[in-house]
Amino acid sequence: MSGPLLEVRDLNVRFDTPHGLVHAVRGVGFALGREKVGIVGESGSGKSMTGRSILRITPRNAHVTAARLSLEGEDLLAASEKRMREVRGRRVSMILQDPKYSLNPVMRVGDQVAESFLLHHKASKAQARERALDMLAQVRIRDPQRVYRLYPHEVSGGMGQRIMIAMMLVPEPAILIADEPTSALDVTVRTQVLAILDDLVTQRGLGLLFISHDLNLVSTFCDRVLVMYAGRIVEECAARDLEHATHPYTRGLLDAMPRLNAPRKRLAVLDRDPAWRGA
Amino acid sequence: MSFLDVRNLSVSFGRPGDRMRAVEDVSFSVAQGEAYGLVGESGCGKSTILRAVSGLNAAWTGSISLEGTALTPRRTLEQHRRVQMVFQDPYGSLHPRHTVDAILGEPIAIHGMGDANGRIQRALDQVGLGRAFRFRYPHQLSGGQRQRVAIARAMILEPRLLLLDEPTSALDVSIQAEVLNLLSDLRRDRGLTYLLVSHDLAVVAHMCERVGVMRQGKLIEETDAAAIRAGRVGEAYTRRFVEASAGYDRAMAQEWETA
Repeated sequence: MSGPLLEVRDLNVRFDTPHGLVHAVRGVGFALGREKVGIVGESGSGKSMTGRSILRITPRNAHVTAARLSLEGEDLLAASEKRMREVRGRRVSMILQDPKYSLNPVMRVGDQVAESFLLHHKASKAQARERALDMLAQVRIRDPQRVYRLYPHEVSGGMGQRIMIAMMLVPEPAILIADEPTSALDVTVRTQVLAILDDLVTQRGLGLLFISHDLNLVSTFCDRVLVMYAGRIVEECAARDLEHATHPYTRGLLDAMPRLNAPRKRLAVLDRDPAWRGA
Repeated sequence: MSFLDVRNLSVSFGRPGDRMRAVEDVSFSVAQGEAYGLVGESGCGKSTILRAVSGLNAAWTGSISLEGTALTPRRTLEQHRRVQMVFQDPYGSLHPRHTVDAILGEPIAIHGMGDANGRIQRALDQVGLGRAFRFRYPHQLSGGQRQRVAIARAMILEPRLLLLDEPTSALDVSIQAEVLNLLSDLRRDRGLTYLLVSHDLAVVAHMCERVGVMRQGKLIEETDAAAIRAGRVGEAYTRRFVEASAGYDRAMAQEWETA
């Protein structure tokens, strides 16, 4: 299939709060193909809300509008809530930051993966179990039979995140939205979890929307990067060119980071220009 | 004689028969005015060392000495004053119903230092918070401002050694830069010595001259910032940690899997 998997144009998210209207996402537009696209920004930049509004899992007081929000040609804006329930998980899945809070603590992890398959496929419990074991092996869990029977508190953070990935991928979605999927993990474990996501993009043609605050990680992992500030995309570039970003906000972030390969006496402090908020 | 000397420090948790050795036989020393970093992954025991040095955990064996005098598990008030700590989570480490004024006034009262008014004002100036912040509550402050209050609370007792437990890991990168610059300035201006714990190698290499790498309760390698930047490290684990910290590399993941 040609054309992007996901197309977003002029996405806006507004919140009704006791202090008035908060405009959290302002006119965001991008397309996602079978690639790794990173959204970076600091807290409050609207990056998570962008991911959530695609799946329509925004809080009750959020008003989401867009000129276009289409998934493989289907208009998600016009989709009913019933239709959205079929989309979530089956066609667009989401991995959150911390597996500790995203897994059901009183259910065996393997059963959670199997349940995720059963929700979207007509299959017997035995078939679902087979699929779950197969998926656990695919995310490089060495002994799927043993891990299947464990409860979330019995697995490490890295293992928990692999189980989450297995659970999200078992319905075979076209797109995966990963919101800070490795922030709670140790760096050596992080590399292994990212390798699994990387292979899914290259081998299965998954579209990955990777939301992160870590510029260094995004520049080495993703294909393209969108930099968000105050609800807008202020810069878009190929990930390997992020070093040479031109927007003063992106430059400011790059200069504020302590770097292993470029020591500096003093870190640059970001001077926020009110003009960045505008167009 | 070194400023801080830790010898054969061990810390265990749990009952006999079911003991978890969180820190095993760790020794290192820090010179006066130096910043020493402890890096490692979660559960390696790095924060446990800080809690033993600070006196928060008294159940340790070995010896810890500061400026030539031994710090015992039970401390005098004066010993507590000289070693202060800044915690990781600026949202959890400040009392939510105390104003900044009360938060900073408490250590002065405990230590009977007098001139609370002047000390609080100077401490706020030092960390770059104006007078306007003095009577605010923590929920009225941003994460970076809260961490400045936590630093002011540690500094107000005029300590000799500052223990920093992941002081910026809860902050955005631009705010992290401000807090790290503040910590560098304070060390230079007041001749402080730092013991910094972090999982972020870039932060440790930026802040510290010397670095100890921890794994599973043991100090496996001592090195310095320049060696880390150049990749001149001895242990295979340290190399892996340095490589992973530099960013993602598919080939690297492959290598580890087959190794």
